[in-house]
Amino acid sequence: MLAFTLRRAIQAIGVMIAVGIISFSMFRFAGDPVNQMVGMDTSGTERAAIRKSLGLDDPVIVQFGRYVGNAAQFKFGVSYQFRLPVTNLLMERMPATLELAICATIFAMVSGILMGVYSALRRDSWLAHVFQAVSLIGISLPTFLIGILMIYLFSVTLGWLPSFGRGDVVHIGWWTTGLLTLSGLKALIMPSITLGLFQMTLIMRLVRAEMLEVMRTDYIRFARARGLTTRAIHFGHALRNTLVPVITVAGLQFGSVIAFAIITETVFQWPGMGLLFVQAVQNVDIPIMAAYLMMVSLIFVTINLVVDILYTIVDPRLRSTVSRAH
Amino acid sequence: MTEPVLSVRNLQVEFVSRRGTLRAIDDVSFDIAKGEVLGVVGESGAGKSVTGLAVIGLIDPPGRISGGEIRLSGLRIDNLPPEELRRVRGKRIGMIFQDPLTSLNPLYRVGDQIVETIRTHLNLSDTAARRRAIDLLAEVGIPAPDKRIDGYPHEFSGGMRQRVVIALAICAEPELIIADEPTTALDVSVQAQIISLIKRLGRDHGTAVMLVTHDMGVIAETSDRVAVMYAGRVAEIGPVQDVVKNPLHPYARGLMGAIPTLAGEDKRLVQIPGSMPRLSAIPRGCSFNPRCESAFDRCRVDRPEPQTRGAQSVACHLYDSASAESAA
Repeated sequence: MLAFTLRRAIQAIGVMIAVGIISFSMFRFAGDPVNQMVGMDTSGTERAAIRKSLGLDDPVIVQFGRYVGNAAQFKFGVSYQFRLPVTNLLMERMPATLELAICATIFAMVSGILMGVYSALRRDSWLAHVFQAVSLIGISLPTFLIGILMIYLFSVTLGWLPSFGRGDVVHIGWWTTGLLTLSGLKALIMPSITLGLFQMTLIMRLVRAEMLEVMRTDYIRFARARGLTTRAIHFGHALRNTLVPVITVAGLQFGSVIAFAIITETVFQWPGMGLLFVQAVQNVDIPIMAAYLMMVSLIFVTINLVVDILYTIVDPRLRSTVSRAH
Repeated sequence: MTEPVLSVRNLQVEFVSRRGTLRAIDDVSFDIAKGEVLGVVGESGAGKSVTGLAVIGLIDPPGRISGGEIRLSGLRIDNLPPEELRRVRGKRIGMIFQDPLTSLNPLYRVGDQIVETIRTHLNLSDTAARRRAIDLLAEVGIPAPDKRIDGYPHEFSGGMRQRVVIALAICAEPELIIADEPTTALDVSVQAQIISLIKRLGRDHGTAVMLVTHDMGVIAETSDRVAVMYAGRVAEIGPVQDVVKNPLHPYARGLMGAIPTLAGEDKRLVQIPGSMPRLSAIPRGCSFNPRCESAFDRCRVDRPEPQTRGAQSVACHLYDSASAESAA
């Protein structure tokens, strides 16, 4: 088990180094960084001095080593547009994005699993058909359109919910949260639904298909022959067997929730990392873009690792295969 | 005579499909007494397993019991509401399925599954149920049950898993055990162990056993009585030694003739020509008539009703006095 975790961790580090190469090369392909820092009338000698002080004269491999070394300590340089350390900018905005992504995922998991289980067990009821129709909409309508439609309905027409921003936030150490104020909670509703809708439909369809599959297995038939209650069979036996693939998908989707947050944050002007990234793209602020790339891949890789470990907790069969493999 | 544990009378099971209604079980009647093992034998698709599922009330739509009655120690159970039927399943009727590899939920410890079943049916505390589970595992012959109880199904071999399945089937001291091909998926050496286990449990607890199989060897070894099924009907039923030594129904004769023996010389095995009809194309008259060597005109027109011959009962016109005369 420990060997398995370690091996996965080493793989994860390999992935991070590969991402580091890509993120590092962004600086080189986007032109001379010195040109972006100085004015038009800076002299050649001054430029050379800056280049030397930034270490841009060193061989590429040395520069890369320095870049990775700094990145490992969460130092990503200074933003061109804000003239502030990129790390501070990202950390300042990360709580907003994580809070949004977590709320969206919880919304997607809870309603997706409930709807999936219901439409598997009551396959022919009208509500199951409604869920199927909703899931079709969720899967085919683009995120930004749903966001805009919701703003039009709930903010512009009905005036119930704020159309942009996070509302009032509370500072807890360096973390800022909107979960403790009424306006913060209200501001979370629409972005969370917009962001989570696609995952919700995905999870719902997955749970429904898996549940139908599991209900046909021998051990469910045997559980019925043992006279267990319907509830024990559905929720004790069938649902737990359904959850193995659901955990994978939901876990991996959490990474794309953070990535997709770029669009949702833009629509709702949500002050998170995604919005920062979009602004950075508009202003060719490469340190922010590179750091964002590294951060998102770090989150992805971490989640993958956690999902792999969660797997073995849910499914005892994997525990022995995992330990046998070493 | 005391009341039989299981009494099935004129049972009919139908499957409704888009192309019409198929009758899988037609007019099946039999009894099983306390402590008795009834072997149910026949080719694949003869309706053996469906009969077992009908008794325990697990026929899923589009199938349904469309006629007849099933009584368990006198209580009619084929028309019980679902919740009461659930209380009968597992408590008064235990079931063993064919494939022990897929019968247990892979995500739960063996002990948890047994404790769950015990606590569903008996009013026991968690610790008492666990103690009982260990006793049960010991009774079905699992070594070191106090350790194995915390194992997962995949840590058990096929034979050991079938023992766990049997422990699950008997955990509430049922009056009847339905064993649906309990040894088909197992090695031959393990088969004998499982068969003698089922036999011993039936004897020790006075449990009635309905043993569904297509293996005549298993039947001959275990059963007190045997029912030979063909195309959803009982062709012949009687004490096992009578049916094996002196089968009356031409189909039963064919089945017994198809058992290889080591004693015989280089005789060719007897084959029954043709195959069993599909449910959608059961012939008129006796359903066996196209494959029967002794068939005569009446077999192609009339359904034979069961005739009593000594301890045996046979559904064949050959043993019907009226038709025997007309054939002569």
